[in-house]
Amino acid sequence: MEKRPLEGVKVIQLCWAGVGVYTTNFLSHYGATTVRVETSTYPDPVRTFEPYAPTNQPGEPVGLERSVFYSITHTAPELGMVLNLKQPESMEVFKKLVLWADVVAEGFPAGVMDKIGLDYEGLKKIKPDIIMMRSCGYGHSGAMAAQPGFGSIITAVTMMDIFTGWPDRRPLAPTTYYTDQLVPMYAALSILVALDYKRRTGKGQYIDQSQMESGLNFVTPLILDYQANKRHPALKGNRSDFAAPHGIYPGKGEDRWVAISVTSQEEWVNFKKVLNNPSWTELPEFSTLEKRIKNSDSLDRYVAEWTAGLAPEQVMGILQGAGIGAGVVSTSRDLDSDLQLNYYNFYRQIDHPYMGKLRYYHPAALKLSRAETEVKGPVLLGEHTDYVCQNFLGMSKAEIEDLRSKGVFK
Amino acid sequence: MLGCYRILDLTDEKGFLCGRALSDFGAEVIKIEKPGGDRSRLKGPFFHDSGHPEQNLTWFAFNANKKGITLDIENAEGRELFKKLVKTADVVIESFPPGYLDKLNLGYHSLSEVKPGIILASISGFGQEGPYRDFKAPDIVARAMGGLVYTTGYEDRPPLTPGYEHTYSIAAMYAAVGIMIALSHRAQTGLGQHIDASVQQACVVIASAEIEGPYALFGRVLSRHGRARGSVTLKDGTIFYNPLLWECKDGDIAFNLLINPTSVKANLALMEGLKRDGIDIKFLNNWQWDKQGWKDMSLEQAKEVVNIIGQFFKKYTKAELLEMAIKNRFQLGPCNNAADVLSHPQLAERNFWKDIYYPELETSFKYPGWAVKMSEEDCGPRFRSPRVGEHNAEIYKELNLSDARMNELKSSGII
Repeated sequence: MEKRPLEGVKVIQLCWAGVGVYTTNFLSHYGATTVRVETSTYPDPVRTFEPYAPTNQPGEPVGLERSVFYSITHTAPELGMVLNLKQPESMEVFKKLVLWADVVAEGFPAGVMDKIGLDYEGLKKIKPDIIMMRSCGYGHSGAMAAQPGFGSIITAVTMMDIFTGWPDRRPLAPTTYYTDQLVPMYAALSILVALDYKRRTGKGQYIDQSQMESGLNFVTPLILDYQANKRHPALKGNRSDFAAPHGIYPGKGEDRWVAISVTSQEEWVNFKKVLNNPSWTELPEFSTLEKRIKNSDSLDRYVAEWTAGLAPEQVMGILQGAGIGAGVVSTSRDLDSDLQLNYYNFYRQIDHPYMGKLRYYHPAALKLSRAETEVKGPVLLGEHTDYVCQNFLGMSKAEIEDLRSKGVFK
Repeated sequence: MLGCYRILDLTDEKGFLCGRALSDFGAEVIKIEKPGGDRSRLKGPFFHDSGHPEQNLTWFAFNANKKGITLDIENAEGRELFKKLVKTADVVIESFPPGYLDKLNLGYHSLSEVKPGIILASISGFGQEGPYRDFKAPDIVARAMGGLVYTTGYEDRPPLTPGYEHTYSIAAMYAAVGIMIALSHRAQTGLGQHIDASVQQACVVIASAEIEGPYALFGRVLSRHGRARGSVTLKDGTIFYNPLLWECKDGDIAFNLLINPTSVKANLALMEGLKRDGIDIKFLNNWQWDKQGWKDMSLEQAKEVVNIIGQFFKKYTKAELLEMAIKNRFQLGPCNNAADVLSHPQLAERNFWKDIYYPELETSFKYPGWAVKMSEEDCGPRFRSPRVGEHNAEIYKELNLSDARMNELKSSGII
């Protein structure tokens, strides 16, 4: 059988919350063997994020296995191991695991790993060619190194909360823990680059990710615009400097909306045609793109009058049929039934021992022609501790039981 | 570290970041544009608002580190030249409408015949297959259909898309990761492949935990709640949308107001600050921070808390609040703009900004110095973005084109 892209690559995932996990998911989805190390004595806070899947029995404790956040974050194959690093014997087990691994990815606030001697220098003593990727909010040096990083805060500091809004109101944040989903691509890229480099040179290395620094790479044009023109982005609703009509227009139904963007004169001609050339489309103030952009207030009122009588799906169908960009402003319900996403089999239903059957586990937003993305349900706390100890670390059952009695596997 | 790989970059502004990210790690990226200059050069902003295609700031930002050549791949001779280049390359990146390269006989299968093992990465709104593959997919449409627009905005107004269009860059980064995965696969098998990165899917991944999760579990459709993010349940069971963004003296900050016993230390420090400033904290004087949480609060009280804390933030600048956050480990960060990040103390301490010089403008720009720091080699921008056809001579010489032949191709508009 053909080898998987990352077959044979061994990863230790010491990551809480989002960024580190999304990072290693790229490797695990495509054939790497990933061991997630955690401890029930100090659980990953994401395991306690609400909402939870309902319990089967009234009064049954929610525990650490029902969080939607946790489950939807861990959709790549992983092996789960518990290890209480506060126990002295645990360190020996962890060292064996480092000897086994190619990559250690960790996402604690700076300093946590250093305190227990597991910074890069410490790992290198155990395994000279190890690749260590560390991710935290502001990087592992400097006065803010130990400052905790949260997705919603990192999103703000990376300039992502200044360009969405209306001219007469304060700006808004893009939805979700935005940068938590943007910076993992840079972290994953760096690990893949390090693995490629190691294959050619035999050398490991140390990778320091500041989520703020990674995030700023998405907004370089704004940083240059400020330096060149002393300009900050304007709040302009859904308007564009390059298209008109351009916006979010009401559709028939409660809180239903459709996105439309007419980007060229050719598209405008087609737009008029599919609307059956209503008289307003012939007004001189709409005759060129420049004029349409300038007169967007009145243009948008006419367009909204037209869209309001139709379902967003109808508007999308009519305009896309005429080669014009238009799409339903999708709610989660729309996403679930989206024809395109379902064509790609984007949502996978998986039966979880505590959460039941849920249809939301998904692959990376990538399709490789030669390699399937392997999608799995979330790993349970310590699900594979014995398996990992026996098969990867060569430990005997007696040895495992002895350590277990000492509180190592908690 | 990737200096052994050559990448041909056919993208427009939607896909620039893919090649740029790989070039940051040392890959040789050759940006191919139409003779006379790419259309994407005309979409601003520009240096001093000049409108000059060689002074486009998006081009500067995302094509730094790339060499630039001109080539018309719609012309038969141009295609042959392109194939010769493909023979020297490992990866081709494109962001044309799906099927465009196939029509030119330059799709994945044609390219892999020219160069076995080639990797083609395609960036598009909806993907290379499926019922929507031919949909027009401007940023606002792809983002809306990926679920990120509906949940952004004020309750009393239409949903919002960001004014800074960048959604394609997210899919472009997925493509960059896909390229490294495919290079690893090639090292294992000797075979290349086609990578399909979709903006819609990239958005859905972003939407997954917060937006998709509650629907899959409870059929709950999340909507938009202005500057609030996430909700808490109050004493009487009311859902309260807890503000994330707060106004301060010179702008806005993001602050996670966590009223629960795990945040007792930060909350007490905040209350001390309020009292020092003479703000009446009213019922909060008697609040048991170590025991009580949102669930013990009435709606009236919750609104009062927001009002009280809001008064405090309005007295301070972003920089002052940042200092306070570092000292007290508040979950607080300023909504930085470019001026703020260019003078940010942590970025300065890490020596983050990198000067890139544009000799024809006699100007240097400060670029983000890296996305990650790696111990084996510096990553990030090294040299400025190319002018139209700047590296034609260098690259076409490699293909053994004579000066006369190059002039011919130039006058017939092929390069």
